[in-house]
Amino acid sequence: MKKIRQSLRWIAQNRLYLLTGIALSALITGCFFTSTRQTGSVALAAIPDEVDYNFHIRPILSDNCYKCHGPDASKREADLGLDTEAGAYAALKDNPSLHGIKPGDPLKSAVWLRITSKDTAEVMPPPNSNLKLTERQITLIEKWIKQGAKFKPHWAFIPPQLTKLPEVADEDWPRNEIDHYTLAKMNEVGLEPSPESDKERLLKRVSLDLTGLPPSLDLQKRFMNDPSENAYEKVVDELLKSRHYGEKMALQWLDVARYADSHGYQDDGLRTMWPWRDWVIHAFNQNYGYDKFLTWQLAGDLLKGPNGTPPTKEMMLATGFNRNHKITQEGGVIDEEYRIEYVTDRTNTFGKTFLALTYECAKCHDHKYDPILQKDYYSAFAFFNQVPEKGLVGTIDASFADPPNLKITDQDVDDLLRFINKKDTASVMVMVMKDQDTLRKTHILSRGNYDQPAKEVVAAMPTFIMPFDAKKYAQNRLGLARWMTDPKNPLTARVFVNRMWQEFFGRGLVKTVGDFGMQGELPSHPELLDWLAVDFRTHNWDMKRLVKQIVLSATYRQSAVITKDKLAKDPENVYLSHAPRLRLPAELVRDMVLTSSGLLNPEIGGPSVKPYQPKGVWEVASSGRGSLARYVQDHGTALYRRGMYVFIKRTVPPPSMLMFDASNRDQCEVKRSRTNTPLQALAMLNDPMVLESARVLAEKLMLEKTSSDEKIEKAFRLILCRTPKSKELTVLQNYYADEKTTFAAAPKKVANLLAVGETPPAKVADKPATAALMQTLLMLYNLEETIML
Amino acid sequence: MNEFIENRLTVNRRHFLGKAAAGIGGLALGSLLVPDLFRASDDETDGLPLGVAHFAPKAKRVIYLFQNGAPSQYESFEYKPMLNKLAGQDLPASIRNGQRLTGMTANQTKFPLVGSHFQFQQYGQSGMWMSELFPNIANIVDDICMIKTMNTEAINHDPALTFLQTGAQQGNRPSMGAWVSYGLGSDNKNLPAFSVLLSRGKGNGQGVYSKLWTNGFLDSTHQGVVFSSGEDPILYLNNPEGTDRTSRRKMLDNLAELNNMAYDDFGDPEIKAKVQQYEMAYRMQTAVPELTDLSKEPDHIVKLYGPECLVPGTFAANCLLARKLSEAGVRFVQLYHQGWDQHGNMVGEMPLQAKDTDRASAALITDLKQRGLLDETLVIWGGEFGRTNYSQGTATKDNYGRDHHPRAYCTWMAGGGVKPGTVYGETDEFGYNVVRDPVHTHDFHATIMHLMGLNHERLTYKHLGRRYRLTDIAGTVLPGLIA
Repeated sequence: MKKIRQSLRWIAQNRLYLLTGIALSALITGCFFTSTRQTGSVALAAIPDEVDYNFHIRPILSDNCYKCHGPDASKREADLGLDTEAGAYAALKDNPSLHGIKPGDPLKSAVWLRITSKDTAEVMPPPNSNLKLTERQITLIEKWIKQGAKFKPHWAFIPPQLTKLPEVADEDWPRNEIDHYTLAKMNEVGLEPSPESDKERLLKRVSLDLTGLPPSLDLQKRFMNDPSENAYEKVVDELLKSRHYGEKMALQWLDVARYADSHGYQDDGLRTMWPWRDWVIHAFNQNYGYDKFLTWQLAGDLLKGPNGTPPTKEMMLATGFNRNHKITQEGGVIDEEYRIEYVTDRTNTFGKTFLALTYECAKCHDHKYDPILQKDYYSAFAFFNQVPEKGLVGTIDASFADPPNLKITDQDVDDLLRFINKKDTASVMVMVMKDQDTLRKTHILSRGNYDQPAKEVVAAMPTFIMPFDAKKYAQNRLGLARWMTDPKNPLTARVFVNRMWQEFFGRGLVKTVGDFGMQGELPSHPELLDWLAVDFRTHNWDMKRLVKQIVLSATYRQSAVITKDKLAKDPENVYLSHAPRLRLPAELVRDMVLTSSGLLNPEIGGPSVKPYQPKGVWEVASSGRGSLARYVQDHGTALYRRGMYVFIKRTVPPPSMLMFDASNRDQCEVKRSRTNTPLQALAMLNDPMVLESARVLAEKLMLEKTSSDEKIEKAFRLILCRTPKSKELTVLQNYYADEKTTFAAAPKKVANLLAVGETPPAKVADKPATAALMQTLLMLYNLEETIML
Repeated sequence: MNEFIENRLTVNRRHFLGKAAAGIGGLALGSLLVPDLFRASDDETDGLPLGVAHFAPKAKRVIYLFQNGAPSQYESFEYKPMLNKLAGQDLPASIRNGQRLTGMTANQTKFPLVGSHFQFQQYGQSGMWMSELFPNIANIVDDICMIKTMNTEAINHDPALTFLQTGAQQGNRPSMGAWVSYGLGSDNKNLPAFSVLLSRGKGNGQGVYSKLWTNGFLDSTHQGVVFSSGEDPILYLNNPEGTDRTSRRKMLDNLAELNNMAYDDFGDPEIKAKVQQYEMAYRMQTAVPELTDLSKEPDHIVKLYGPECLVPGTFAANCLLARKLSEAGVRFVQLYHQGWDQHGNMVGEMPLQAKDTDRASAALITDLKQRGLLDETLVIWGGEFGRTNYSQGTATKDNYGRDHHPRAYCTWMAGGGVKPGTVYGETDEFGYNVVRDPVHTHDFHATIMHLMGLNHERLTYKHLGRRYRLTDIAGTVLPGLIA
């Protein structure tokens, strides 16, 4: 049986050469490079037999031609638009014997003549654009014209369709539908899946992915000792039930929602939006359907409560999503300029978060690449333009929550809003949404300027996505939410499942998670994306179900080992033939250190905290005004809260977070970069939070009646979440012994080293040994693997 | 130089190895000097030659002495005796010509012109006018190019600062230093390409924000790194109490051994990169304090910058530190000095602000010049906009204030290929409007990029479908500023 499977795999791998010969392999090579299409290597790839508009041609036209021959009519040169079939096929105005594109006939196609012209005055793109087509691109266009120059609608605007589950060579490998799609792709490009990850590493990965916390020793033990078939699934269910699941899921949403604890401009005063953050955690933990999650945040204030009552306070609170934008407190600003700025931010955030479209590009002119007209921009803007608000409510500390706002009292927390971690009896104000009684007129703003209103528009969404039928949908945010969650909306489900995929694989199926438009990348697995989207929507937008499907897949469970062959064939792991090795997000680096040392305070929600921070970071940048002019550090258990609760003052975000690529929460962000820098090394080696963790864990272990080897091994399990190999242990033991000798002769050093942090010292007799163990643990914290998934 | 670049390569070596293996092949030595070629971020650049100038640069490095809050041009470099003559009279509507006003003066019914309380005189061979508040800058007028016609679109601090530093009033775009870091990389293996120094004067301050030195959508390796001359010159640089260098070395050696074992298991080039980042961190621990220690500066240098240069966190100390960082190869050193927002009490605050900055600014030019570095170092001095020629509130006999004015203000530059001993542009007799040679923020950026050997239209980064650049969709290089 095994042999048969192996030979099937071999056939799958070599199918290309066996069955279809060079031509198809060339096509695959062409697709293989879609993720790196801007590099020189593309030029080397062969030309496919059948040129596809969506995959081969539109990216070239969009990137090189649309700027002057695209959707923006005001900037269209020579009256030639190449973004639509009609525009491209039309005869040229000044030379009717030529067409922009004449299907079948390159010589009658101005496009081909111009891109191949040797005359610098004629050639397209013009030299001053700094753009140049490659030979391959020119050949592709020629072939496409010869083959009939067929246009197709943009993939993202066609509603997702279910396709037949692809057949795979190795039918034993898939664990669920996801795997059929990924394996079929691997088969296609000659890759093979990796073996399943060892249990220890798999547990670490899934625990961090679902709760943001490393697995406890107890969980490690239970899982390792559970031989049952569904041991892994049991763990997954347990993690999905953990109240920390909501925190982990909320983390990416806080980036998207640009959540912060200060207003963001200039003096940058305090705001109190944290009850909204507590709601997000709650919503994920309660597993609200994504349709509800979306609707409440966009339009909770327009919903009816139970039995037709006004919206509940929870519904109101959810709308804080739209008020997380920055707000100015700079004396002297022009009110309307900033009010418009806020509406703009809401509109852009909406476009990027829910539609993955670069709506903001159409604020000042028609979109250069996507069919979003300036009129469409302000039609969307109109939904968010009804808030009874001011650009400037007052200067620093005038308000922690500009109106419209919601007052949350003790009573509310006792009754309905139990998830809010309110610390004292004072009520707390949160900014929320409200529409004013009389409709505020919305105008197109010429060049995006607040003081240059032009034609009036009404609230609507562009037809190319899905018609916004004013009879079906109210022309307000609630109508907008209904339109978003309509089964026919082509984007809503796709955009969300794609971002969830990115959470687990580090890369979306559409790599440009914030841009599903013409300039965005094409999906690597279009059928899988559609399957996930349809499946998600038709199962009540069930987020936990989606997450569970992903982590139960064989694709997710693969080992992260990267073979030379895979690295060579698919360096970005587009085809998912191994698990990704990803550095933890900034907040989870902190969580990992605090959890393994036992210092973590697992409390959920509440006002953000101010842990250790290098001296003067706020002060040196501050204007000196307001309650946040100075950093007043917390003490006690507040020092050990999770990373997501570290206070974010927007103008000076926590430095240790920024170093690890956290968002500065200035604007909606759908993807963080993952860098690896010397500043990160310095932080891991010298940040008092890490040092204190090492010290406290060392003291704890010293108080246990175990050998030094056992102590080191236990620490290894806590920090690396796996059993050390003997050669690893040897290095650690030798290092420990060596350090112990050194410290025995240097009592002052020992005292200094152990003095770090505010946790009172434990009564350990052997201080030099404690210091040596602390150094050993610090080394473990600094291992590359420690903060990797 | 190569070591730093090598380090930058390892930042994304996984990507690099992958691509090389995938058949790019033929990597010329030149491409190894390209810091971002192998970046693994979301959107990639179009293979423009990063890490090398587009053409021969005039300036290799920039030191930007940003005067945060908007120093008044009328009390510093813009001599307008007409304002003294017409003092108390209303600004003619024909001159204001529809200019929007900030909320500070929007409700004012009168706009009484007010002249400088301080005396002006001509200096140097160029005969440049200078107020008595800047006697030291007056001594170097023949080395500087004074722009009289800077103009911006914003009228409030936050958007104006952000516009000047990032080319956009809103938008979390990369700042100028980040663009230069991205385009040219660093010249020093142990220092970041973009460094930031902060200080605060005695006048009304407006704060600074980390978005002014943000990498925006570029990799965070291009983020400005805040330095100081104090005990902790950059965050987390110092070993903890009780840990010395030998002890650190031992830990790093063991760490590398363990990490290499993991590499053998996983084959992930990121692991190797990590080991190298730890090595660079270790080197920074000696290289940075050596550089930021100002206590060993010779007497003649202390004399030049003034005794304040030994007090960490002062503008003088930051000027001296800027020179040292720049000399060591830091591509872009950005200073911010707060306190220039004189809505009132111009007479009281302006001399204090001038005193804090005048001597050290001039000293920096002199120092660079005597080291033969001025030619290749571009120094810029200026704020985010100008101030009104009329008084905010009532002008009394002894005091007055000025509101924000975006249409014309002064900034000076020196070295790095700018025309020395020159006044560029001209305003009307009221100093209110540009009459000749305007310098818009985008033009200013385009010209600085040009001096650095970068074509501002070609230094782009594709992000979410669009090619962004520092100058957005505008900007003209101004040859009149260039020597």
